[in-house]
Amino acid sequence: MKMNVIPSAARNLLFAAGVLFASTALAAGSAEKGKAAFVQHGCWQCHGLVGQGGVTGPRLAHTALSVEALSAFVRNTRGAMPPYQKAILSEADIADIHAYLQSLPKPPDYKSIPLLKP
Amino acid sequence: MSQDTNPDRRKFLTGAAAASAAAAMAPAAKAAEPQQPPRAPSALRPTMQIAAAETQPPAELPRVPGKPGSDFMVDVIKTLGIKYLPANCASSYRAIHESLINYGQNKMPEFLTCMHEESAVGMAHGYFKIAGRPLMTLCHGTVGLQHATMGIYNAWCDRVPVIIVGGNDLDAAHRPPGVPTFHAAQDINALVRDFTKWDDTPVSLQHFAQSFVRAYKIAMTPPYGPVMMSLDAGLQVEPVKDHGEALYIPRYVPTAPPQGDTGAVKEAAKLLAGAQNPLIVADRCARTANGVDLLVQLAELLGARVIDQGGRMNFPKTHHLNAPPTAVSGADVILGLELSDFWATVNSFTDNGENGGVGTNGTRIKPGTKLISVSSVELNTKANYQDFQRFQVIDVPMAGDAEATLPALIEAVKQAGPNKAAVDRRAEAARKARAEGMERARQAAAVGWDASPVSTARLCMETYAAVKHLDWSLVASEGNVSNWPNRLWPIEKHYQWLGRSGGYGVGYGAPASVGAALANRDLGRFSVSIQSDGDLMYAPGVLWTAAKHKIPLLAVMHNNRAYHQEVMHVQRLSNFRDRVANYGPDRGPVGTTIMNPDIEYHKLAESLGWWAKGPIKDPKELGPALREAVKVVQAGQPALLNVWTQPR
Repeated sequence: MKMNVIPSAARNLLFAAGVLFASTALAAGSAEKGKAAFVQHGCWQCHGLVGQGGVTGPRLAHTALSVEALSAFVRNTRGAMPPYQKAILSEADIADIHAYLQSLPKPPDYKSIPLLKP
Repeated sequence: MSQDTNPDRRKFLTGAAAASAAAAMAPAAKAAEPQQPPRAPSALRPTMQIAAAETQPPAELPRVPGKPGSDFMVDVIKTLGIKYLPANCASSYRAIHESLINYGQNKMPEFLTCMHEESAVGMAHGYFKIAGRPLMTLCHGTVGLQHATMGIYNAWCDRVPVIIVGGNDLDAAHRPPGVPTFHAAQDINALVRDFTKWDDTPVSLQHFAQSFVRAYKIAMTPPYGPVMMSLDAGLQVEPVKDHGEALYIPRYVPTAPPQGDTGAVKEAAKLLAGAQNPLIVADRCARTANGVDLLVQLAELLGARVIDQGGRMNFPKTHHLNAPPTAVSGADVILGLELSDFWATVNSFTDNGENGGVGTNGTRIKPGTKLISVSSVELNTKANYQDFQRFQVIDVPMAGDAEATLPALIEAVKQAGPNKAAVDRRAEAARKARAEGMERARQAAAVGWDASPVSTARLCMETYAAVKHLDWSLVASEGNVSNWPNRLWPIEKHYQWLGRSGGYGVGYGAPASVGAALANRDLGRFSVSIQSDGDLMYAPGVLWTAAKHKIPLLAVMHNNRAYHQEVMHVQRLSNFRDRVANYGPDRGPVGTTIMNPDIEYHKLAESLGWWAKGPIKDPKELGPALREAVKVVQAGQPALLNVWTQPR
């Protein structure tokens, strides 16, 4: 079983790109449109329908990434995740998806879930 | 065999064929009388054989005198203690079938009615992983064996013994025409020779006795594997004859498994004892419960963390030395025990479309890390169907069975004398790392806990909560649930995790879990499986077999309504090519989803004799449904919950 996580090189690229794009910040997206785009473009396949993550992709729900950093990663990833170029995923879509991910509730503390207590 | 020595069988077969042919020809001859111009047929006329088979009663066959050869075959089979015989019935083995259920009284082995040959082999596969004893199956030598092949390949890759016997009528001059000839071949074993350990075609009853015991012995000598026997229909029906030498049944004496070379074991022990950070990786190491105990002993002696790759339950998940796959990066000596892929254990592969589309490779270990391997698979490699993965240079390779080698390795490590203070330091660091890892896993499981469809973490933890008070056995976990059972269930006993299919042939989970549940039933254990949708639909008839033979099993469905691995593969390729993936009307690339219409697995299971409920989409409904289902299974009936789940 492959463990698909963001490799460190890609992570560095992502944060560098986040800085680079800071001056050209993307417009705020629509969470409602983002939810549809998250499904239509296949993001859910590895990250889950509510961005919960799993062995095939890291958690995205309530991500700490800026929309610029997310865009930079999506465009330039050379890791396990296939890149999405503008031809198949617009900047507006990415902004909407980011808004959707931000709109998701913060994950509960596992200690509040009886079935997850040690 | 000359005609003189075998008049009975050949004569009655040819007589039966002639009678059938005559019966078929009579009405045809009548119809040929000139009356009016014949109308052009709207469909092809049936052959004489088909017409006879469909319209005439079977001709009365002459009786074969004396004890049938197939009775003697049953005598042979009974000496080996084979408890069950899952099979789909077929005329090419009708003689031994009759002997098994009448002469043999349908005991040791008991015939279990299967609806597909792949299901029969899959049941034998799962049964062995619990019982540690092989089952045999019977099938048509051509059409049945073709159905069975994927199950056999899985057993081969998973190092599981299964004895497959295919009925075949070798005598082309005398076998009945029509179907029996379509269902015969010169060498049926050729179909599976590339992924069985051994095969044979006995030509006498004494030959059968020797070969059946030999087949059992070969299958049961590590590395275990499936074996194949072609069983001539003529041999089955021939009477036992005294040719001057009385027939005998060879006694089965197990062969001691091969061990690693003594010198290599000492060299390995020296490296491990002297290492700063030794690491153990196990895949199909623990063949028995004792294998788990031995591995714990070695790990504690060295203070070495253990990565259990899950081919079997090798190491308790609750042990402080249990480690994730990433632990390879800090090791200076790595001991691999029955690894199916040493290369991927210490290297990475990324399917990112680079390097001309073949992806990128990288190392996951420090330069100079010493690698040791103990693997019995090196003793049994085939050239055509290959499952040995990429070539990895090993510093101390040993061709031997890992579990059998562990006692000597443990003694050698004791002799080498690992540094006690260093062992304690490593153990303490491992405790801390494991505690932190568990904390992260629990927190990850909480994300999407209340989502609908149900998250795989919740699916698994609700299931565990429902069975944890029982002597449970997770008999299959198919369809990728993000590995939650191995991450969060306190798997400690050898029978609580059985590994996967081996050959990654989808369709293993359902039959293997029924087979394992059969073995658990006899041991008084509670069987539970995570059953994926795609896997179940390969041959769902095995559900009926479970109901028919009263095999209790709780199947909790991971129904993500897709062949999800392929969903991701096609999406990946679309992205690499800058194309929007065509989803058609569904929620994944065309050809990869199982929706529109959604399969009502609960209704399917009900129709096959199971208690069932679903579809469950609200996670709050899952716990109560599970508790209800557990009671049903405890009462002896199989139960299925159709749960709509997140993709992974």
